[in-house]
Amino acid sequence: MAYAQYCLICDGTACNSSQSERIYEQIMKYVYDHDLEKTCQVVKTGCFGFCEQGPIVKVLPDEAFYVQVKPEDAADIVREHLLKGRPVSRLIYREKDTDSLGAVDKISFYRKQVRIVLRNCGFIDPESIDEYIAREGYQGLEKALFEMSGEEVLVEVEKSGLRGRGGGGFPTGRKWRFTKEMEADQKYVVCNADEGDPGAYMDRSMLEGDPHSIIEAMAICGYTVGASRGYVYVRAEYPLAVRRLEKALQDAREYGLLGDNILGSDFSFDIEIRLGAGAFVCGEETALLMSIEGMRGMPVQRPPYPAVKGLWGKPTVINNVETFGNIPVIVTRGGDWFAGIGTETSKGTKVFALTGNVNNSGLIEVPMGTTLRDIVFNIGGGIPGGKQFKAVQSGGPSGGMIPAEHMDTPIDYESLAALGSIMGSGGLIVMDEDDSMVDVAKFYLGFTVEESCGKCIPCRLGGRQIEKILEKFANGEGTPEDLQKIEEIGQTMITGSLCGLGKTAPNPVLSSIKYFRHEYEAAFRKDVAETA
Amino acid sequence: MAKMTLEELRKLRQTAQKTIRTRESAENDIHLTIGMGTSGIAAGAKDTLATLMSELEKHPELNVAVRQTGGLGLEHAEPTLEVRVPGMPVIIYGKVAPDVAQKIVQQHLINKELVDEHIYDRPASDIVDSGSAQ
Repeated sequence: MAYAQYCLICDGTACNSSQSERIYEQIMKYVYDHDLEKTCQVVKTGCFGFCEQGPIVKVLPDEAFYVQVKPEDAADIVREHLLKGRPVSRLIYREKDTDSLGAVDKISFYRKQVRIVLRNCGFIDPESIDEYIAREGYQGLEKALFEMSGEEVLVEVEKSGLRGRGGGGFPTGRKWRFTKEMEADQKYVVCNADEGDPGAYMDRSMLEGDPHSIIEAMAICGYTVGASRGYVYVRAEYPLAVRRLEKALQDAREYGLLGDNILGSDFSFDIEIRLGAGAFVCGEETALLMSIEGMRGMPVQRPPYPAVKGLWGKPTVINNVETFGNIPVIVTRGGDWFAGIGTETSKGTKVFALTGNVNNSGLIEVPMGTTLRDIVFNIGGGIPGGKQFKAVQSGGPSGGMIPAEHMDTPIDYESLAALGSIMGSGGLIVMDEDDSMVDVAKFYLGFTVEESCGKCIPCRLGGRQIEKILEKFANGEGTPEDLQKIEEIGQTMITGSLCGLGKTAPNPVLSSIKYFRHEYEAAFRKDVAETA
Repeated sequence: MAKMTLEELRKLRQTAQKTIRTRESAENDIHLTIGMGTSGIAAGAKDTLATLMSELEKHPELNVAVRQTGGLGLEHAEPTLEVRVPGMPVIIYGKVAPDVAQKIVQQHLINKELVDEHIYDRPASDIVDSGSAQ
């Protein structure tokens, strides 16, 4: 059935929590009242990204972008726009300081974005496998199975230069090759969807908005490395993502895109979901694998890496959701195409969850090499209330603060590391002049202290000690020796901790001391401050 | 649906692509705009639209975006339909009953010939600027 009009309603978690479900019902009601159901298709989609302005309703082909829609606006949208073709101007998004009704591609929030991973998010109905298939869906899998050998797929992934999007930035192709070259009776593919950074929701939005792309990618990975089973480890706190993924798995099985002899080939692959209980450490790959095995999620020493000895001791590829999201496109369009986007060392795009004190918070995807300034001021629309920008925290509790003077740094793995932060999974929290860096550092450290599994000493004790010292600064009782102590303990944690959690936990504190030392000095005890 | 073979997947993708393509407006090259003001609806624009859509469905090779707009100012000639085909003049058809819509698809969109007896030209430019979706 072809439709003349489409009414896309964002049904990601953010819009869903501000009544998008009810908006959908109301719009449907009026659509039926006016007999429009044959010519206008109403679709619940995944996240549009522009969460600040949600709930969002988009009408195509007119490209009308309605923001902050309420259920009671449904009547106008249907009667005026869908029926009579007159856009409801009071609901259309307007750029700040201008009065023009912007078409979607003219909105600053979208203009600088390049959507590869989020290509289907906010465009298709995530619960419809047919819509995914319509957008080149499962074409990558088809190409891999019938036109390419596993080795050829791997070469494309290597050529693409894709690196892990979960934080570490390890080259994906190399990871796959390790597993591929292992001899084993069973290998596994695991998708890490245990997203836990405060303010980060990239993985959730992808699973909610385009679950099939993850399924397709995992099957391609299985074919490439010789694995027949996959697991998606996802937090139980993401009920909508889990539900849509379950539906997608079921549909894929019914279509024969998962299961035995996929599409009549001799390749068999299936995926199971494992729910995590929300422990942050389970996002660490070895802890995650233990949790899948049914044990308490605790990191173990690497090497051996999971690629060699992973789930139940078998070679296992473990990649983050966003990493997988790139795979179908890389296979369909080729590694060279992908490598043409981004910087020298970091290819492709990166999805960020832009939050904090910024006008347009939301989910964005930009080419690697985009500057922080572009992200915060052009896409993000700057700081609300005319306040001064102070810093961006990237990489969540494992990352660091990046101050204003480094705003023009093109973002990639190396440049962020050089600034004392990390790419991380892609949380970007914007802070303005009123935010105390000591408080922010204390917040993040408090988070990692809480989430430390307690297995290794540097992380278990180090974090606790730094937190205690930060307490002193919060009460204006700090001393110069305290600062030195923080740095010493921090270095010990970085070098001595068992896993990434402890190794990166001091980053927010250390980077805030590096760039905002004066704020710590302002919190020195009175007598010390005078002598200093 | 039972398990698919490669051919079935390809076929499904082709059909599904046609359905979703109208959503990707930028890629459409033919634009139809139907006047759906109150008078247009009263004159039967909804039936015309329904016929138009089912007719277009029979011709998936055409890359068409169909928009709805308010009254074009040609109330005496409702239902109205504006047709933009690359390389042809922009035409506004009037009194487009369902059978005329069928004819327009066949003759104008496919054979690239104007349906002379229903051309109502374009109204004055000030009305086009404020009334048309373009």
